[in-house]
Amino acid sequence: MLGKLTWDAIPLEQPIPMIASGVVALTILAILGWVVIKGHLPYLWREWITSVDHKRIGVMYTLLAMVMLLRGFADAIMMRMQQSVAFHSQGFLPPEHYDQIFSAHGTIMIFFVAMPFMIGLMNFVVPLQLGVRDVAFPTLNSVGFWLTATGALLVNISLVIGEFARNGWLPYPPLSELAYSPGVGVDYYLWSLEISGAGTLVAGINLVTTVLKVRTKGMNYLRMPMFCWTTLATNLLIVAAFPILTATFAMLLLDRYLGFHFFTNEAGGNVMMFVNLIWAWGHPEVYILVLPAFGIFSEVISTFSGKPLFGYRSMVAATMAICILSFMVWLHHFFTMGAGADVNAIFGIATMIIAVPTGVKVFNWLFTMYGGRVRFQTPLLWSIGFMVTFIIGGMTGVLLAVPPADFVLHNSLFLVAHFHNVIIGGVLFGAFAGYTYWFPKAFGFKLHEGLGRAAFWCWLIGFYVAFMPLYVLGLLGMTRRMQHYDVAQWRPWLIVAACGATLIMCGIAFQIAQLVVSIRQRAQLRDETGDPWDGRSLEWATTSPPPAFNFAFLPEVTGEDAFWQFKKRAAEQPGAEEMPEYRDIEIPRNSATGFVCAFFATVMGFALIWHIWWMVAVGAIGAFATFVVFAWRDHDEDTVPADEVARIDGSSRAQRHAILSREAAE
Amino acid sequence: MNILDPQGPIGAAEKTILIDSLGIMLAIVLPTIVAIFAFAFWFRASNTRASYLPNWKYSGRIELVVWSVPALTVILLGGVAWLGAHHLDPPKPIEGSDKPLTIQAVSLDWKWLFIYPDHKVATINTLTVPAGVTLQFQLTSASVMNAFFIPQLGSMIYTMNGMATRLNLRADASGTFQGLSTQFSGDGFADMHFDVHVVSPEQFSKWAQDASNAGKSLDERSYQQIAKPSMKNEPEIYRLADPDIFASVVSQKLPPSPGMQAGVKGASPRTEAADAR
Amino acid sequence: MSTVALTDTHHGAAIRDWAGAAPKRIVTGYGFWIFILSDMIMFSAFFATYAVLLGQTAGGPSGRELFDLRNVAIETGFLLASSFTCGLASIAADTRSTIWFQLAMAVTCALGLGFLAIEGNEFASLVARGAGPTRSAFLSAFFTLVGCHGLHVSAGILWLLTMMAQVFAKGFRADIQRRILCFALFWHALDIIWIAVFTVVYLIGSAI
Repeated sequence: MLGKLTWDAIPLEQPIPMIASGVVALTILAILGWVVIKGHLPYLWREWITSVDHKRIGVMYTLLAMVMLLRGFADAIMMRMQQSVAFHSQGFLPPEHYDQIFSAHGTIMIFFVAMPFMIGLMNFVVPLQLGVRDVAFPTLNSVGFWLTATGALLVNISLVIGEFARNGWLPYPPLSELAYSPGVGVDYYLWSLEISGAGTLVAGINLVTTVLKVRTKGMNYLRMPMFCWTTLATNLLIVAAFPILTATFAMLLLDRYLGFHFFTNEAGGNVMMFVNLIWAWGHPEVYILVLPAFGIFSEVISTFSGKPLFGYRSMVAATMAICILSFMVWLHHFFTMGAGADVNAIFGIATMIIAVPTGVKVFNWLFTMYGGRVRFQTPLLWSIGFMVTFIIGGMTGVLLAVPPADFVLHNSLFLVAHFHNVIIGGVLFGAFAGYTYWFPKAFGFKLHEGLGRAAFWCWLIGFYVAFMPLYVLGLLGMTRRMQHYDVAQWRPWLIVAACGATLIMCGIAFQIAQLVVSIRQRAQLRDETGDPWDGRSLEWATTSPPPAFNFAFLPEVTGEDAFWQFKKRAAEQPGAEEMPEYRDIEIPRNSATGFVCAFFATVMGFALIWHIWWMVAVGAIGAFATFVVFAWRDHDEDTVPADEVARIDGSSRAQRHAILSREAAE
Repeated sequence: MNILDPQGPIGAAEKTILIDSLGIMLAIVLPTIVAIFAFAFWFRASNTRASYLPNWKYSGRIELVVWSVPALTVILLGGVAWLGAHHLDPPKPIEGSDKPLTIQAVSLDWKWLFIYPDHKVATINTLTVPAGVTLQFQLTSASVMNAFFIPQLGSMIYTMNGMATRLNLRADASGTFQGLSTQFSGDGFADMHFDVHVVSPEQFSKWAQDASNAGKSLDERSYQQIAKPSMKNEPEIYRLADPDIFASVVSQKLPPSPGMQAGVKGASPRTEAADAR
Repeated sequence: MSTVALTDTHHGAAIRDWAGAAPKRIVTGYGFWIFILSDMIMFSAFFATYAVLLGQTAGGPSGRELFDLRNVAIETGFLLASSFTCGLASIAADTRSTIWFQLAMAVTCALGLGFLAIEGNEFASLVARGAGPTRSAFLSAFFTLVGCHGLHVSAGILWLLTMMAQVFAKGFRADIQRRILCFALFWHALDIIWIAVFTVVYLIGSAI
């Protein structure tokens, strides 16, 4: 009746997952209870769960990412603690647990923290920067988000029902084949990522179409903000790379479920092919992660220097070069598989070539600051921290790109330090910069600056204390994923690294405190003008938060840094703008399609994992039915009547003008 | 296990490449980091002495420099990569050595089996080799992917079932070093380390002589026992009764070894259906 | 900076500025093309796998022994014809002719089902002969690549029936027209993939 699912699936004998899931379950129940009792459920359903507004979806993506950061970080702390004590000892995490923890750590951080964070920021910001009302396909946007949430849910369910994969964040066969991983762990991993991968692909299609086809009048390609260019490159990569992931995982699933022989040891399966396929996705994936961060830094550095981005065109060229080159370097992830000198050398050189446009970007940010008036608020602190940290990480990456160097450093903690260096220094610092920068736009009040700085310094110092020892450990011969070790020389470095992780934990604590305090003090921190940072691009032309329709009148753009031009024109010719007549505005109607679709996807995913075939059928029929019901709706848009538009726009416009003229008088 | 303290020519060459590449890049990275701090500090908003250039957003000369500097570095390092990849390709013979010693390595769950076909000796989790002699490794896996690595001797290489990879190393000084697996292979992965005893050629001959008279013998039957999953294996020495064991593992005449089944949540019962004829 | 017009100094008036967001039909079609491109990349991964595993017959049968090119020719004929009738359906939708639309779609459906019947038959007989996907890596790759295409055709038929129902219930509304456009693109793309499939899998696979 229930496939392989029995009561044994719940790990009652393991205290850590039981306590962890107990705490999480209680927290979720408490929040749900509060929501229902206070009567917020209709609001939540109407304004968030069924919303197809890119701003709401963007916030939900970001919230998902931040919550999953806590889960992924808990895994990290456990790993650091284990490795501090597991010298001539089994530590407190036996291998079958430790292996799940490092696998979950990597999987969650990449797929459910970094990806949603970036997609969330892109979703929120890009339509505003392009001067339009929403992305190209709003309902599809909602579907994409909820499918991603499904993936996250399935991974977390594995903590308490069954187990997670034990083979690392990429399921190399034959270890991930049924013969060597007979449990449900790999199946949880595969189905969770197939489902969320579909969500990511949908987001990719949406954002590519939006950037290419849905921009306001006059927004030529070379007048788009840099963040929109990096969004374009990122989502082109998503569209091109994620299908490979889908296909590769499908093949592994066929091996596991139906006895196929793609990657098995017997009957002609080829494990090297898996490695090639997965990295053909995997390398573009890391550029998918970091390119939006590059875009965020371009925005932040130019805004907080009071200058336009230096070398805009070469930044565009560099971004698109990175986009294309990222597909040509995948073999550097397995130089030690034995492909031969010519092949290794070519891919090594290709990898170095990609460092050229990246270096160009760093120099262009440097020269953006030159001749500027640099304001050291939190977003800029993150940017400077990024520039220094990312350069070091990039350097160690180019080092690893030299095949003979990789021959002694592959899979070592040197490699682990390198990729954390670029992902934390690049992606995560970018995410935090973007979060702080655009938070006032989303919620109408800034984040507390002092706590933001504290968080930054804890993260920055904590990062170096946690990961510089790992470079040393790699040079001392320590490999990754070791549950215990006997080499005395390694231990002190691992203890230092654990201290660094603790510092990072303080940084996270400050970030949580910052959010709580900022909400409490939101009256003092209010953003009255919609332009708290003296910004340059169109999102700052709206109120904070913007109305559902973003702009009462879609702006007409005549150059780069569109909002900066508007402000200068308004300063030179005050009161010169004519007020055109307000008109009705169509906005996309809410839809439960995304949420319901994801519900059935969760049912299907869970059923597939546990071999509950009748439930799979129910889920599939439900998903198809949802699609049909959605197709049958007659009205896909709501109308905001002209006088309502006038009312919303008029009051905020008056308010902003009053403040701007008061500031001009000062 | 310090790779910056190599004990053989491969490791030494790799260390040189590592340090040279680092030096080349630091020449650019360090000034850039200094410039980041310098520009940010000098052009801080409160510094009224700094010039404000609100419209300066392009300079052809700077563009030329920022594209050329990384490009030139990459050309230089690319040369290092090309030459190094060819010179240090794992199967490439090491010059300046006499008759090489063949060692066949099989990664199992979760230990290493080393076979000396010319000396009729096999060991588990321990390696004894002569100094100054090229070690020609042929490697395979009995089950999942692993990687063979002796940090102080140089390069690592993957081991995969159904095929043989090749690696040439040489140890130039006597001593005891450590080797390990560097490709995660399951619950017993952390125990896949082994001692590497580098001794003089005479001592090695004597060791091989004694070992070939060992009590235990390695043949297809004892191999099947060894191939069963086990962790924390103590070093052992075998007499090599069957010289074709390695070839049989590579050709899958000896089928891939089974995986662990116990203590796995939701494990399906083992069925025949999954395997082909 | 020029004070007269705050235009981008690199572009004179000669280059036409972006006119604003494209109309819905174009945006929808464009997005769907991007989806089709992504789907083709997924198929490429399966094609690459097939190419790598072509020789891995594990002592079992190879393509030359298994493939019946006569069936393949009939399948190809069905699919090509169905693309033609799908084109007729698109024209009927443009001219808002319900009868011709439903007729053309029904014929398309029948041809698609015919294709699936032959393919299903081929798969069943292969499995019965002991040449199923679990026999060898080559056969795994064959069944997956061809089967993936067949699954897409099946999904397409479900979609086709849904479109027929939509037009029947609601007529040729603008959003339904957009969906018909997407469906047609999908159906034609499947035909293109099939051409690659029968070339790489059946024709080349038979020769080796």
